Amino acid sequence: MNNEYRFENRKFVILGIVLGIVLLFIGRLFYLQILNDEYKEHADSNAFLNKTIYPSRGVMYDRNGKLLVSNQPAYDVMVCMRNVKELDTLAFCNALGITREFFDKRMADVKNRRLNPGYSSYTDQLFLSQLTAEDFAMFQEQLYKFEGFSIQKRTVRQYNYPLAGHIFGDLGEVSKKDIAADGYYVQGDFIGKQGIESFYERQLRGEKGKEVLLRDAYGRVKGRYQDGAKDVAPVPGKNLTLSLDIELQELAERLLQNKIGSVVAIEPETGEVLCMASSPTFDPQVLVGRQRGDNHRMLSKNKQKPLLNRAIMGTYPPGSTFKTAQALTFLQEDVIDVDTQFPCALGFRYKGLHVGCHAHSSPTSIVPTLATSCNSYFCWSLYRMIGSSRYASPQEALTRWKDHMVAMGFGYRLGIDLPGEARGFIPNSAFYDKWYGGRWNGLTIISISIGQGEVTLTPLQIANLGATIANRGKYITPHIVKEVQGEELDSLYRFPKYTMVDKEHYETVVQGMREAVLNGTCRAANLPGIEVCGKTGTAQNRGKDHSAFMGFAPMHNPKIAVAVYVENGGFGAVYGVPIGALLMEKYLTGTLSEASEQKAKDIQQRVIYYGNQER
Amino acid sequence: MAIRNVNLWRSVDWFTIILYFILVACGWLSICGASYDFGETDFFSFDSNPGKQLVWIGCASLLGIVLLNIEKKYYELLAYPVYVAFVILLAVTIFVAPDIKGSHSWLVLGPIRIQPAEFSKFATALALARLLSSYGFSMAKRADVLKMLAVVLVPMLLIVLQNETGSALVYLSFFFVLYREGMTGSLLAIGVCAVIYFVIGVGQGENFFELMPVNVGQFVVFLLVPLFTALMVGVYSKRAKRAWGIALFNLTGTLAAYLFSRYVIPFDICIAQLVLCACTVLYLLYVYMLERYASYLLIALFALGSVGFYYSCNMLIGKLQPHQRIRIEVLLGLKDDPAGVGYNINQSKIAIGSGGLWGKGFLNGTQTKLNYVPEQHTDFIFCTIGEEQGFMGCAFILLLYATFIIRIILLAERQGSNKFTRVYGYSLAAILTFHLFINVGMVIGLAPVIGIPLPFFSYGGSSLWGFTILLAILLRLDAERETRF
Repeated sequence: MNNEYRFENRKFVILGIVLGIVLLFIGRLFYLQILNDEYKEHADSNAFLNKTIYPSRGVMYDRNGKLLVSNQPAYDVMVCMRNVKELDTLAFCNALGITREFFDKRMADVKNRRLNPGYSSYTDQLFLSQLTAEDFAMFQEQLYKFEGFSIQKRTVRQYNYPLAGHIFGDLGEVSKKDIAADGYYVQGDFIGKQGIESFYERQLRGEKGKEVLLRDAYGRVKGRYQDGAKDVAPVPGKNLTLSLDIELQELAERLLQNKIGSVVAIEPETGEVLCMASSPTFDPQVLVGRQRGDNHRMLSKNKQKPLLNRAIMGTYPPGSTFKTAQALTFLQEDVIDVDTQFPCALGFRYKGLHVGCHAHSSPTSIVPTLATSCNSYFCWSLYRMIGSSRYASPQEALTRWKDHMVAMGFGYRLGIDLPGEARGFIPNSAFYDKWYGGRWNGLTIISISIGQGEVTLTPLQIANLGATIANRGKYITPHIVKEVQGEELDSLYRFPKYTMVDKEHYETVVQGMREAVLNGTCRAANLPGIEVCGKTGTAQNRGKDHSAFMGFAPMHNPKIAVAVYVENGGFGAVYGVPIGALLMEKYLTGTLSEASEQKAKDIQQRVIYYGNQER
Repeated sequence: MAIRNVNLWRSVDWFTIILYFILVACGWLSICGASYDFGETDFFSFDSNPGKQLVWIGCASLLGIVLLNIEKKYYELLAYPVYVAFVILLAVTIFVAPDIKGSHSWLVLGPIRIQPAEFSKFATALALARLLSSYGFSMAKRADVLKMLAVVLVPMLLIVLQNETGSALVYLSFFFVLYREGMTGSLLAIGVCAVIYFVIGVGQGENFFELMPVNVGQFVVFLLVPLFTALMVGVYSKRAKRAWGIALFNLTGTLAAYLFSRYVIPFDICIAQLVLCACTVLYLLYVYMLERYASYLLIALFALGSVGFYYSCNMLIGKLQPHQRIRIEVLLGLKDDPAGVGYNINQSKIAIGSGGLWGKGFLNGTQTKLNYVPEQHTDFIFCTIGEEQGFMGCAFILLLYATFIIRIILLAERQGSNKFTRVYGYSLAAILTFHLFINVGMVIGLAPVIGIPLPFFSYGGSSLWGFTILLAILLRLDAERETRF
């Protein structure tokens, strides 16, 4: 009992704790509610609504001023739940072309605060996004019947030609990563995802403006704050003029139909890309609007990879087109001169090594060699260069060789204004030292002299090789945007780069390429009235050979350099030469002759069967 | 004991009943405020939250009347069976309950969902009352203490297994009851200290003083450690001079370190604080060697343990990967915070802070309507009061709670030698206090975010019924108190 009383006093401790807690809370509330103003200001800030005004995105023209990419209005159907009364649901669904189930689901989703955290029955909520102009016209006539529904206008991209999807790229909603990388974006904004839309995002997007609105406690907009004194007008995006010739692009894509491959044409003097086609391709318009997600999924699942821009992302053995670069190197390095001859007995035979060649007169000097595309000549030359006593070692000789290749734009990204460019591969001596454990010589690596083996280039690099030869030793980095409104192009696209080979050697190679068109492998490219220079390529690979062509025209004061690469197309003369010739004719004469048009149709209809495996 | 006829109408405590109905009415009005959608919301429609809550209130009243009419002897008799039944129910719930936001605590019976954890509190209170009032029970006996702890900890553990750690923590409030019944006070003091260290040390961990590389939470904890130590010296050794000496030594030392860091060379003051703590501990050990008085040794261990506890909490929470940290926070019953650090609390403070002195008026709040505040009609219901009724309304409600709880304590204390009713009454008072402390503390940013309801205010039948049952039984027990003539 004594104990009981002793503990009775503990009730005061407990009572004290209860009172202490309550007094502590009251003190804290006094601080929060009366002493501190910060929280009231926060609550007030909810009364202001900063509404973003989106700028119009820059449009794109082709080199002849044709409008390629523009903006079109799209219409979002908005709903303000509080104002929806006596809705004739059936009529509404018919007007929008939706089902009753879809209507019920959307209405439930809009009200679901978990899916739509900003929901308020007093403000407009998005019911259906991106109605097309036609659907909108139908719906608008009946809109007066549907109280509570309204239309909000926005803009989406309009691609006016079903072409050049790889070049334009597409717009998509910003990802969390985009937002983290650039504070400009907020959830729901659109950003360029591929191609020019992505590379020139900063120029195209413009600057958002804002409108400061007042809203009442119910979230309803009551008017503009200070009559718009704090508003900021949006800055529209900059327009782009592309170097593309959309008609040439159309022809290129037509010729590549039913085949896998790519075509690149460059204006040698300026480095401007005249056309860049990659096949299979897609219509850029399918990646606009409500169907974007489905279509994108479908394209990315396709085994032939239509989303891949093979012109800059594909890396291939360049085959015989590479021999021009070899000839230039050997001439510059004094491994050969214009008169040097090498024998060819159906190929290169030495110390048990055999590299095959086709039947032609032998021995030959460099010009007819280029015309007949003799393998043996280049094997002998490379063997001679690597073994030459002018260099301290084979390693040093190969390093010299590699420096020439790099100066011609191989082995590294050229720096075109498109995302995702591949660099291709030019082996150096360290690579071979590692590969062969240091025991290698000119014979070991002989196949690089004919554009086989470890060497790979992108079709863009091959086209750039054509432009370099056309320019007799210099090139401006290829680029696809000719002009940005009110802005100077990057210096990369304005000043030339020079190779390490003298102009006279280029003249020799040009002669060889001219000879190839007149009497050699490229005879099909001999256009009447135009001095075409060209070089075929037939690149061996595991399947059927790839068909390639690299050329330019006219021989003097060239206007166009072309590279064609058709996967598994066989000899260079089968697809490469005729496609290249048609493009040159089209660009230089502005049209195709009747016979050429017939030839184009024929090529367009020819199908190469690739089977069902991943490409 | 002779069978007496109790005149319920005359002997029941009407004061408590009136307080109960005032609280419930205020709660209902708050739910109206929180559910109001700026329109002609029909508060009496059964589709709306206030309408449903009215039904729960009606049921709760009926339930209360039934429980008031059951005699005390049945409560004493059925205390253990009811307790065992609830323990089994809690265990079964773990396995049969569907996964609702990660917790397995809701039993779904057709359209009705009930949370057994809300009801097992009264069963535990009854069982504890029965145990402590049983003949020959003594806190000095190890077996009795173990039984006592088991009664509290078994349901607590089962609720933790249901992933409802918040509700399980409520069972800690039973230790106040045990304290009242004679459990050693230092245990309670250490428990309170641990809670304070944890909340301040971990909760405030991210703030820094301007210019100085000091973690505020660590600073406060390291300031509290010597102060608590000094307090203990004062209480247990009865040598006030020593206690003051320790406190002043630490305070001046900290101040000196602060000034040095502020004006001379910025450095981490906490290092200086650690040195001061070490000196304090060495001093206590020295006194212990001198006087051989065990309390000094224990107090020294307390000081060391405090610092160790802080560091292990930080190791556990602070140094972990974010996802591991979230997992532990969820395990501790800390709510996850999807919109970023402190978003919920910030919104809740904005809502309350915007209320001002008199509030914005009934149904005129904005912050608690547009979904700025999460769970605005359940766990964060106090925000609505803060915004719409202002400081005056909040103070009124808090004082109402204080009156209510104090009244219950007084009811418990007026039982004379009837230990059963007293233990039960204290259990109710402690549970209510704990809920009030955690819920309101969370809303105003003083306690960690642990989702437990505010009694009689938060929307929901289980919680309201649970507390009504607890109260009705106490009122019946109290009505049968022995009146001394």
